[in-house]
Amino acid sequence: MEIPYAVHPRQDTGLYNAKLGIWLFLASEVMLFGGLFSSYIILRIGAATGDWVHGLLNIPIGTFNTAVLITSSVTVVLSWSALKVGNFAKYRVLQAITILCALGFLGIKSFEYREKFLHYEVWKKDGTRLLGHIEHNGAHPMFWNTQTLQQMKLDSIKLLPDPEHYRMNAKEMAHARKEARGHAHEPVTIKTDEIQRLSAFVPGHSTYFAIYFTLTALHALHVLAGAIVIAYIWGPGAKLWKTDPERYINRVEVSGLFWHFVDLVWIFLFPVLYLL
Amino acid sequence: MSHDAHEVSKHVRIYFIVGFALLIGTILTVAMNYLHFDSMALTVFIALLIATVKGFLVAGYFMHLMSEKKMIYGILGATAFFFAGMMYLTIHARDDMPHGSSHTGSIRTLEVPAKTASH
Repeated sequence: MEIPYAVHPRQDTGLYNAKLGIWLFLASEVMLFGGLFSSYIILRIGAATGDWVHGLLNIPIGTFNTAVLITSSVTVVLSWSALKVGNFAKYRVLQAITILCALGFLGIKSFEYREKFLHYEVWKKDGTRLLGHIEHNGAHPMFWNTQTLQQMKLDSIKLLPDPEHYRMNAKEMAHARKEARGHAHEPVTIKTDEIQRLSAFVPGHSTYFAIYFTLTALHALHVLAGAIVIAYIWGPGAKLWKTDPERYINRVEVSGLFWHFVDLVWIFLFPVLYLL
Repeated sequence: MSHDAHEVSKHVRIYFIVGFALLIGTILTVAMNYLHFDSMALTVFIALLIATVKGFLVAGYFMHLMSEKKMIYGILGATAFFFAGMMYLTIHARDDMPHGSSHTGSIRTLEVPAKTASH
């Protein structure tokens, strides 16, 4: 028996099965990301003054990545339009751009993650707190923490300190960066027994980085999943265009709806995580 | 499908305009960040206002919610209701924070644990 309304819409709802399905799925996704957003709000308003990490993400790169995702949303909707008028070749080109944008977004995000894993905060026993990069044997190590110092039996570490700290407000941070511009980082040597805690910018560093990595990694998984689906429809799944074009267009529309949702989530994540 | 081929090709221009508006919105959000308003509340309000407008553009035009079927609006209405409920509970819980929830992670020290005092 053939499944009804797989291609043509039901008369009473005006929807075919997959379209109803994707909207129900997106509704559940709204609740998933909404729950995490509300967690963010709880954590943000509960943070003691000066404890909330801010101003440490790379805004130009984040802005560029936002533009990449917006561009991909435009190419997705244009590719669907191209199919609606029967222009398969144009659809192919536009969705190829979408897939490249998705890969670009993930590549840039990986670069940002790497930058965070190389960046450290040192809590000294005298109460001083420093941010910066560790230099060890001519390289910048990742993922070190207090236990690493014990395991490696290091007497001291060499830190290339940042001019600013997130305990400053936004104006003070901008001023500190401006003042330090053009000056080379002078490395400081910190004795291990002066260190109370050492952490890279990983989820364990602070509440902020815990929620930052949770939200952005979950979003990146959605980007990856969306890109895989779009690439499948674009590549091996494109045979359907010859046998059942209407069904193929429906698939492109449904995958496009998911992709726009992923873009929509990022539109809110970007200001909340990078700018506030 | 709610759009026929002729209607779709008419909409292509709108998609470009919306895409451009989204890019402008992104630039505005970032520019606002460099202005450093004294009031944090104002900064949050403006940033979320721009994000909401951008969200409406994506949902309204790219996801075609401007001209969708009633059932989709019904699903989204129910989602909005439960989402608002969840946010209300979040705000309601503001004065009921678990003790010690405002911290910057667990603190590990290099110190050898102090010996237990002998009796």
